[in-house]
Amino acid sequence: MTDPILNVRNLTVDIPIGAGTLHAVRGIDFELNRGETLCIVGESGSGKSLTSLAIMGLLGKRLQVRADVLEFEGRDLRSMPPREMRALRGDRMAMIFQEPMTSLNPAYTIGDQLCEALRLHRKVSKAEAMTRAADLLGKVGITAAESRLRQFPHQLSGGLRQRVMIAMALMCEPDLIIADEPTTALDVTIQAQILRLLADLKREMNMALILVTHDLGVVARIADKVAVMYAGEIVESGSAKAIFDAPAHPYTRGLLNCIPVPGKTKPGEPLGSIPGIVPSLIGTVSGCAFRSRCELAVEACATTVPERSASGEHMYRCFHEPLKSEVA
Amino acid sequence: MTSTPAQTAESIVALSPGAMLRRRAFGHYGLLFGLAVLGLVFAAALFAPLLAEHSPYTQNLAARMKPPFWMAGADPSHLLGTDQLGRDYLARLLYGARISLLIGIVTAVISGLIGTTLGVAAGYFGGKVDLAVTFLINVRLAMPVVLVALAIVALFGGSLQIVILVLGFLLWDRFAVVMRSSVMQIRGLEYVNAARAIGCTTPRILLSEIMPNVVNNLIVVMTLEMAHAILLEAALSFLGLGVQPPTPSWGLMISEGKEMMLFQPWLITIPGIALFLLVLAINLLGDGLRDVTAPEAKG
Repeated sequence: MTDPILNVRNLTVDIPIGAGTLHAVRGIDFELNRGETLCIVGESGSGKSLTSLAIMGLLGKRLQVRADVLEFEGRDLRSMPPREMRALRGDRMAMIFQEPMTSLNPAYTIGDQLCEALRLHRKVSKAEAMTRAADLLGKVGITAAESRLRQFPHQLSGGLRQRVMIAMALMCEPDLIIADEPTTALDVTIQAQILRLLADLKREMNMALILVTHDLGVVARIADKVAVMYAGEIVESGSAKAIFDAPAHPYTRGLLNCIPVPGKTKPGEPLGSIPGIVPSLIGTVSGCAFRSRCELAVEACATTVPERSASGEHMYRCFHEPLKSEVA
Repeated sequence: MTSTPAQTAESIVALSPGAMLRRRAFGHYGLLFGLAVLGLVFAAALFAPLLAEHSPYTQNLAARMKPPFWMAGADPSHLLGTDQLGRDYLARLLYGARISLLIGIVTAVISGLIGTTLGVAAGYFGGKVDLAVTFLINVRLAMPVVLVALAIVALFGGSLQIVILVLGFLLWDRFAVVMRSSVMQIRGLEYVNAARAIGCTTPRILLSEIMPNVVNNLIVVMTLEMAHAILLEAALSFLGLGVQPPTPSWGLMISEGKEMMLFQPWLITIPGIALFLLVLAINLLGDGLRDVTAPEAKG
């Protein structure tokens, strides 16, 4: 196996607030190979977006990002000077944001913005950049690309803008694309199109893709690897198949129970829900963060929970054995 | 690609931003009126030597206080009459427009530069920078503009340059306040983050991502501050601490005419109306520009 394109070991993000410190991301590990899709799943505030922004180096100086290893294509991102980091961003690693309505600058045409992404990193003429932009717009399924290039963002629908954002991320043929909830702001029919598009492009260009989402339906469709985050920690990770077939952590099982399954969920039967709210991450957090909401919680859960292997690369953080019978 | 949206670019009827602006501008009477009057004043200032038959400085004590053309005893060669020293009032009015416009524009540019720099820095960087700038704004707001201007002019003597500099360094507060809040709004939008994600440097983000989206506010504040500066110059000149005689300035003309106010009321009415119209025009233009560039902020 080749070296992973992205290697993250023990990534933490601390946010100093007034009195104490908010430990928003607490020791994330994962690695990602070329051509793989990693889905980071979790509810709001679980640290998914912070993790992706930390990898891109887009977090403000006020936030403290630490990691034992944070390597992209074998280069250490932690010690990289800002100039090299800027050269990497948008060129080798690109990001797609959640909100297509505000991700494009209203003052410039689509074409200008696409060209800027390329011309910041490559010495190409405006005409060459425009040609590439038109190509890519076609690739992301936008017809009449030539005339779209001359339009302003307000003349495009949300779905089209998100396609433009994807095209912008692809301008320099990056090795890694981080998509932070790219479909959350779109309606359901468009969501499916955008996801299929991302999956197709990833395969075609042999990139790595990190997809941050809270939609397990999305995950099931395109993920190779899944990391389930809860309260700033990865509570379960492994191949998508392993996690959907045999969820080992009570939180993952809870999430899966929230989704109606055709044929299994009976009409009128309430869907599953997870009681309680995410605990505060201010100050020192110890033990399993999920224990206040977990029906299986025992006293030992207040102590440090080791990471255990369910099978092969399928890891989870819980004292309990996986309950094979309760598969959703 | 199979998932092609049904709509094509041609099927969408949308005006370009420029066309939309033009359409809104031509329906806005305040803006049109302001633009027309301001245009007239500009033309008057620019072509003053051609329009005025006399020099604004030539005194003729034999022809003092001739009334303007609509009154009995008017001299046809002095359309708006003459002042206490027999100088042609029309010429003084036309050349005075130069002073007013010069003061308005240069002051707005100086204070605009100071205020925009401070405001954009505060809005974009936030934190300690913001605290410092907010403190500066508060200090500035605590100073009474007219009194400080009076004190400085009294100390260093009145001249056109001093008045411009004093006003320029005093009137930046509104620029800073407006720029700070509009940049703050935009800083949080994702296209700023997206620009950083494609590898833009901070100066580039400030200049090419943020500035184009706040420049309409800047123009509006600039017109309002221009009117403000013109009025302040008139006030300072009236008090004898602004532009010094014999330079023709509208404020100075009112000041010189005030002794004759009851007998020759046109001496203060004419420059007064000119000042009123100019400031009204600039304010209407500013309001109009705001309505046209940001219709959602209207009312």
